[in-house]
Amino acid sequence: MGLLRFPPPVTADPPFCLADARNDRQVAMEYELKESQTLETQTLEVSLGPQHPSTHGVFRMDVVLDGETIMKLKPVMGYLHRNHEKLAENMSWLGSMPFTDRLDYICSMTNNFAYALAVEKLANLEVPERAQYIRVIMAELTRLVNHTLLIGFLLNDLGAFFTPVLYAFREREKILDLFEAIAGSRMMCNYFRFGGVKLDVTSDFIPRVRQIINNYPKFLDEFEKLLSENEILMARCQNVGILPKELAVSAGVTGPMLRASGVPYDIRKIDGYSIYNRFKFRVPIGEKGDVYDRYYMRVLEMRESIKILDQAIKEIPDGEFISKVGAQGARTPRGFKAPKGDAYGRIEAPKGELGFYLVSDGTPKPYRYHVRSPSFINLTILEDMCLGQKVADAIVILGSIDIVLGEVDR
Amino acid sequence: MIPIAEIKQDIESKFLGTTLTVDGASLVIAKEHWFSIAKYLKTDPSYRLDFLSSVTGVDYKEYLEVVYHLYSIEKKEGPLAIKVRTDVQTSSVPSVTPIWRSAEFQEREAYDLVGIKFEGHPDLRRILMWEGFQFHPLRKDYVMEDQDRVL
Repeated sequence: MGLLRFPPPVTADPPFCLADARNDRQVAMEYELKESQTLETQTLEVSLGPQHPSTHGVFRMDVVLDGETIMKLKPVMGYLHRNHEKLAENMSWLGSMPFTDRLDYICSMTNNFAYALAVEKLANLEVPERAQYIRVIMAELTRLVNHTLLIGFLLNDLGAFFTPVLYAFREREKILDLFEAIAGSRMMCNYFRFGGVKLDVTSDFIPRVRQIINNYPKFLDEFEKLLSENEILMARCQNVGILPKELAVSAGVTGPMLRASGVPYDIRKIDGYSIYNRFKFRVPIGEKGDVYDRYYMRVLEMRESIKILDQAIKEIPDGEFISKVGAQGARTPRGFKAPKGDAYGRIEAPKGELGFYLVSDGTPKPYRYHVRSPSFINLTILEDMCLGQKVADAIVILGSIDIVLGEVDR
Repeated sequence: MIPIAEIKQDIESKFLGTTLTVDGASLVIAKEHWFSIAKYLKTDPSYRLDFLSSVTGVDYKEYLEVVYHLYSIEKKEGPLAIKVRTDVQTSSVPSVTPIWRSAEFQEREAYDLVGIKFEGHPDLRRILMWEGFQFHPLRKDYVMEDQDRVL
């Protein structure tokens, strides 16, 4: 009474030879060909994000796909919107300085810089020499932080999961330690004041910056050895997401993205704001405007930033770190009033042109406060770059734009 | 950059029947002529303002104002600030998105937050607030929860 577990063995296999197999394949191919000519395909709508790690925050792309090819892409934003502008219009001029840290939370120093610059333009405030140098040093250190991190995360988007980011974080920590020593905070620095900076730098500041300057090129060489000639990176990034020159200019794209498309436009050179016209540095430009150029632009810019830092710490003079009027304004922020009028101040932030448009009616609060954020405007041409590319490439293209959602949504 | 008074004269001689006013460092242009003047400023070789940096709306209670900051990347000049005013009832201004793509999201933002309608915009929807939101938060008559808080 044995339990029958398997079907009984087939006694006779049908005869099978190579010719039959070839014939089967032929029939199958003919069938497939016929089907593909008559087959009706459907496009697929996918909502990429907002809770997706490759969107760098809470950002959504409504994508229409044909197979894996992108037919349509609509960016959807606003998940992190807190109406920064309305908040700023309801508090003193200096009151929104800490909130600017939270715009692009990777680069709080440059956000402070742009806001301080706009208010100084509006209120005609002088900035002492030493403060100008401190500001430039901080801005360039921030550029190093931003570009290093961006390259790390771009590789993350390519699938090199967290190894490059780890190296990037290691170097970023050293700069953040410096920020902590000077401003008291690692990321939300709140360091700039109208007419200067909050505190003078400590005595060990210059040697520490020098140490960073000495070590950074070695790190960049190491990073580049790992990445720049990497075959996977080249295959995935070259000729992907090409942004033509004319479209880039018309769409108001700024920063490394614009320069990767071959337009030599750097606000540090054009406006020469603060004291940037005193430093010798070059503006790198790309050839094709693909993702690889955008990646490489950042590496080259970091090398130029190191040159600026090197010159700045050699030339930094002694003296006041904030002007008398500025110090008074910082002590009594609610007493600070800007004269009636409007001003637009802009800087070359690591991500592009960061501008503040301010209108004053002579009261202690700004009448209108507008942030022109580079991440937001650089997203305008996301669809143009992604059309006809694969889904996986759209992730890389988004990564190469370098957005921070705090700044996109404000 | 050409002095603003000369720009005003030049535009007035090219576009008959329009009068511009100079407000501080910016030009105030009537909205009926703005679109054609914008095209002229972008293409004319003496300006070549090919880069529209910033677009934003301001609520001055009696009227609404759209502020444009134009630069020339080709000539490395700028800025030229341009203000276009509209009354609160109609609150509409011609869209310059067909001329400068960078206005696309910024005009949507100004529509969303300040409530200015841009005629001729290809896709005028809210961008930061959610669809179905009733108000325009950057209008001065927008009531906030803590409106009576004193500074």
